[in-house]
Amino acid sequence: MKDQLNISNWTCPLPLQNYPTIVMGHGSGGKMMSDLIHHMFLPLLGNEALNQLGDAAVLELDQYPTRVAFSTDSFVVNPLIFPGGNIGELAVYGTVNDLAMTGAQPLFLSAGFILEEGLPMETLGEITTAFSAACQTANVLVVTGDTKVVNKGHGDGLYINTTGIGLIPAEVAIAPENAQAGDVVIVSGTVGDHGMAIMSVREGLEFETRIVSDTSPLHELVETMLAASLDIHCLRDATRGGVAAALNELAKSSQLGITFEEAKIPLRPAVKAACEMLGMDPLYVANEGKLVAIVKSQVAEEVLAAMHSHPLGRDAVLIGQVVSDHPGMVLAKTGIGGSRVVALPVGELLPRIC
Amino acid sequence: MCLGIPGKVVEIYQANDMKMGKVDFGGVIKEACLEFLPDIQVGEYTIIHVGFGISQLDEEEAQRTLEMLREMEMLADELPELDQGLQV
Amino acid sequence: MKYLDEYRDGDLTRKLLDEINQTVTRPWKIMEVCGGQTHSIIKSGLDQLLPPEIDLIHGPGCPVCVTPLELIDKAIALASRPEIIFTSYGDMLRVPGSERDLFSVKAEGGDVRIVYSPLDALKIASQNPDKTIVFFGIGFETTAPANAMAVMQAKNQAIENFAMLVSHVTVPSALTALMESPDVQVNAFLAAGHVCTVMGYWEYEQLVEKYQVPIVVMGFEPVDIARALLMCVQQLEDGRAEVENAYARSVVQGGNLPAQDIINQVFERTDRAWRGIGVIPQSGYRLQKAYADFDAELRFPEIQTIAPQEPSVCISGLILQGLKKPNECSAFGKQCTPQNPLGATMVSSEGACAAYYQYGRYAIHLGENEMTQ
Repeated sequence: MKDQLNISNWTCPLPLQNYPTIVMGHGSGGKMMSDLIHHMFLPLLGNEALNQLGDAAVLELDQYPTRVAFSTDSFVVNPLIFPGGNIGELAVYGTVNDLAMTGAQPLFLSAGFILEEGLPMETLGEITTAFSAACQTANVLVVTGDTKVVNKGHGDGLYINTTGIGLIPAEVAIAPENAQAGDVVIVSGTVGDHGMAIMSVREGLEFETRIVSDTSPLHELVETMLAASLDIHCLRDATRGGVAAALNELAKSSQLGITFEEAKIPLRPAVKAACEMLGMDPLYVANEGKLVAIVKSQVAEEVLAAMHSHPLGRDAVLIGQVVSDHPGMVLAKTGIGGSRVVALPVGELLPRIC
Repeated sequence: MCLGIPGKVVEIYQANDMKMGKVDFGGVIKEACLEFLPDIQVGEYTIIHVGFGISQLDEEEAQRTLEMLREMEMLADELPELDQGLQV
Repeated sequence: MKYLDEYRDGDLTRKLLDEINQTVTRPWKIMEVCGGQTHSIIKSGLDQLLPPEIDLIHGPGCPVCVTPLELIDKAIALASRPEIIFTSYGDMLRVPGSERDLFSVKAEGGDVRIVYSPLDALKIASQNPDKTIVFFGIGFETTAPANAMAVMQAKNQAIENFAMLVSHVTVPSALTALMESPDVQVNAFLAAGHVCTVMGYWEYEQLVEKYQVPIVVMGFEPVDIARALLMCVQQLEDGRAEVENAYARSVVQGGNLPAQDIINQVFERTDRAWRGIGVIPQSGYRLQKAYADFDAELRFPEIQTIAPQEPSVCISGLILQGLKKPNECSAFGKQCTPQNPLGATMVSSEGACAAYYQYGRYAIHLGENEMTQ
């Protein structure tokens, strides 16, 4: 799919060609805004519900069971376009993954675009095209949307907010507090790819690498896992704060401890090298297509086998256990047989010199 | 105090009258200043700190140290009873 | 990664630790001088694998920890000015000044940017001719040649809108101060491998002779650390005091001469205050007169009057000298936590207090468990 996200495939119909960049008028509520919606957003994101352009979408839910997963997320990534993706697909997959972590099937998204005056129309086109392709990949519909334009200097080009609705099958019971002592901890694949892809193009830190963001939708992987066993107790999308934050949040919610073997964490050599170079711990680096699962130990084999059968879970590894010791705390067993506390990250991840 | 990571010099050039180069850290390539390493050649290893090569890594010495330590290990492995006896 | 992974080998490290176990007979206090080494010791959990006789003391070799409050406040004052782009290594942004840190300055609209190398700061200067770019020149002898090169390049390329706020400190003078102090009872020192890469270890030979304390030059990976510790314990148990080099793949006795050269061309010795310790004579570098145009303190003389008092409750100075353990501080874990640090030893991930905070929680928990059983 990613190969198709080429700006050359996107043609901008008149009269938008008159404006190679976003101007304040595109947020005015008038003709220009209407043009933007009709010539940019509807052709790329439209469907029966969205095309009505009502104040709110009306959705028929009769065919679905009743538990609803509902999640919102705002995307402020800089740069907008990075190795392996752009803010468009990130905004779709981010919310899709948040829904998927409840075991839900994601169905509907809202899309709020906050555009900065001066944003090249071509960039917006490229990003919206990626957004549209991501919706198709994740099989979700954008059913309501909003566009605002802010003055030059008041935004990083483009912010996107998405809110998603998904439906949870009746038999699924996944929640952060469901972990039990004796459960095992699984990571779905290599960690730190997204964060290091972004670092590689950040001003002042640039380096040459083939690291690309892992941005991808995880709901199918979750579906595959649930088909193997319903004894999946917790799922967590290991985004900001990385696997370390995900494990800490799970330990805290369940009031149990987690121990894992550091050497088992899957890590691409280039990501490892980049982390060494900048003095960062890959456990704290962001992912956009990796989950941490806490699973009843008796079904660990089946769940792992199911994950391995899916392209996004190919590198899944059992890394550790849930224990009744040290509640709320995460301990790593190190490569030399020592251990250390893996704490919640304090703030922004910074390169260090010492 | 000072994060220094070994990398392999893959390119050397002059810029602003400084010896500069590209250094490969296992698949990640970063520009570095090699001005303090007048003898270093492409293919050799250096330790990089804040974008500067601070030493030309002595690869023979690195090999010797490891061999010496591994031999020490083998010596101990040959005497498993003694090793265990001492731990008790 | 070559020359990194081999030195993280678990079997080799445990073998060396076994050797240490079998060699040690008495309690020894050993100080690892460098914060990077502290970081590595904690990250690998090596500290918990040592025999109880060995008491590792985390030394003052963390530039984040020892940069005095005064310099942080000066940095904050400069970074707050609209005509300045303030550039820094990432480590310094979270260090608290008297009232706030550089992150807060950024939040208030200051242009604060993280760079990987001082040459990146120079690049920002040539791209922004209408702004003054100030680089926070902190660090030990390892970083001094890089910072010196940036200043020299600024002069050679006539990049006049570049200036450096210099806060350089040097290791041997701090070690001397520690050895001179009657309160400090460190039996041996593990010297900082990358400082010695630049400066060599010839200066330590006279220190060892005078104070009869072993010094072993140490690398940064678990195998390097375990090996240096073993050499150190062997010396102590034998009653020897020598300089030994356990990081010979990077360090030679004389150090890196071109790097020393540029330090001598750009910097000169000066007295420097160390956070929590106080002024140590001739323990730092400042820019020479020929480079005065690039000295941020001379270009913005109004910051020279900034002279804050360090918070009296923080005992980071005593901790950096190995005189007190972090948990002996009245503020530890109460007013002072990694989220809200009073002193730099709580800020830096390799700071002794931050390390104790994380491990202390676990140790306390273990202690409780033992008691209930």
